[in-house]
Amino acid sequence: MSSRRNFRVWRGDRAGGEFSNYAIEVDEGMVVLDAIHRIQAEQAADLAVRWNCKAGKCGSCSVEINGKPKLSCMTRMNSFAPDATISVQPLKAFPVIKDLVSDVSWNYEQNKKIPPFKPRARGADGKHRMLQRDVDRVQEFRKCIECYLCQNVCHILRDHDKKNSFVGPRFMIRLASLEMHPLDSADRLPAIKGEFGSGLCNITRCCTEVCPEHINITDNGIIPLKERVVDRFYDPLLWLACKFFSANRRS
Amino acid sequence: MRDTAVQGGHEIGFAANLRGDAWWLAPLLTFIGLSAFGIYATWAAFQGGYYWHGSYLSPFYSPPLFIDPAAPGAAPLSHAWFGAWPSWWPKFLPASPALLILIFPLSFRATCYYYRKAYYRAYFATPPACAVTALPQKDYRGETRLFLIQNLHRYALYAALVFIFILYYDAFAAFFRDGELGVGVGSVVLLINATLLALYTMGCHSLRHLIGGRLDSFSCGAVCGKLSHTAWKKVSCLNKNHMLFAWLSLFWVGFTDFYVRLAAMGVITDFNTWD
Repeated sequence: MSSRRNFRVWRGDRAGGEFSNYAIEVDEGMVVLDAIHRIQAEQAADLAVRWNCKAGKCGSCSVEINGKPKLSCMTRMNSFAPDATISVQPLKAFPVIKDLVSDVSWNYEQNKKIPPFKPRARGADGKHRMLQRDVDRVQEFRKCIECYLCQNVCHILRDHDKKNSFVGPRFMIRLASLEMHPLDSADRLPAIKGEFGSGLCNITRCCTEVCPEHINITDNGIIPLKERVVDRFYDPLLWLACKFFSANRRS
Repeated sequence: MRDTAVQGGHEIGFAANLRGDAWWLAPLLTFIGLSAFGIYATWAAFQGGYYWHGSYLSPFYSPPLFIDPAAPGAAPLSHAWFGAWPSWWPKFLPASPALLILIFPLSFRATCYYYRKAYYRAYFATPPACAVTALPQKDYRGETRLFLIQNLHRYALYAALVFIFILYYDAFAAFFRDGELGVGVGSVVLLINATLLALYTMGCHSLRHLIGGRLDSFSCGAVCGKLSHTAWKKVSCLNKNHMLFAWLSLFWVGFTDFYVRLAAMGVITDFNTWD
């Protein structure tokens, strides 16, 4: 059964724009991306929207729906009241290209800055071995689909525009997956504290709340990284112990 | 050309958003809850009396390092760790044992990773809610500079772990009066208090890190690796409910003081097996 629904879709580019109103027939089972496609097909052929898999796995269709960062392909129309007008906007934290499409290339630049996986020496039998219990923890981070909803909702990037000082939750997660990897031997902690800006995160957990893959970004990624930074740079007893033991080793 | 701050239809200004839901409710409730507790705890700490009834000791006053036995509702002097109230104590402050120890639980909660989220949202509005514009700041610095102190959360944890033992001892002692085993409503209240505080403390993010999270591999040996991994899993399990236990323990510790206070003042009767 279909029903007529009202939409406010932001139309414009970097030079400016405004919300345009559309009323369309919405069929049972449709998601917001389907509705956007219907608007595109019936009323606004030049409406720009980025999408790909329509299954919540490619991370392309990130937008803000009624003010909340969401994947439009995973937001069902029956989650809204029948008479509600649905607002759809591009992501706030990144520059608009056109209509609902944002330029997220800044994220790819951050990714390049992260020192890659550096495997430690192989065992005596020439093999690398990992225990399942060691791998379980970092596997959670591999679920990331790079939709950048966490980057978009992070107030450090979104409101304070600290893109020069903070790498954002998505890349804190990537750093965590490398730092906690049982076979990795690279030391990224000075960079995590420094150029990647772990100290700027005040763990208000919005990144975790919007993650469509339900990755516990804050508790399992960012906080463990912050604790590792404390181990290295802020814990006076650990600092003394390191000094003492390294002095003993030298003597 | 339009201002880029409103690009995409995103309005500028504090608390600007297009969310149609009651996003303000959670920070408001947090503000009310934490403020109410803060006001009550401060008032109770400055009373300096009515913290002892029979064998019940208010958790706000435990451990009583020094005791002024002349204060109404004070614990017997024999319960003081270091004897009678010291003469060097400033006259403008009440002789309250709570003032000597509350800094430890306060610092644990103030630097707790859960409460940080709660008060950054409710008091500092950075941000008040997700996708709601944060309070504008000239140069947002997060947990650097003044807030570097948050990095010492693990030291507050060490103190909090000691307090669990002390509060369980108080709960155990609350089942005895003049050497006679018994039970009263207050005994159960104190036992629940110690248990909720233990569940909150044992789910701490810093403990989760120190007990195993700091390791990249749990393969330091069959026994040590398995033990460490098991401990980490258990703490992780409590950690998932850290917010729940943070609020339950906060409410209950305030209620416990309130109960002991009313019983000590004679406002309520403590039902027990001794009287």
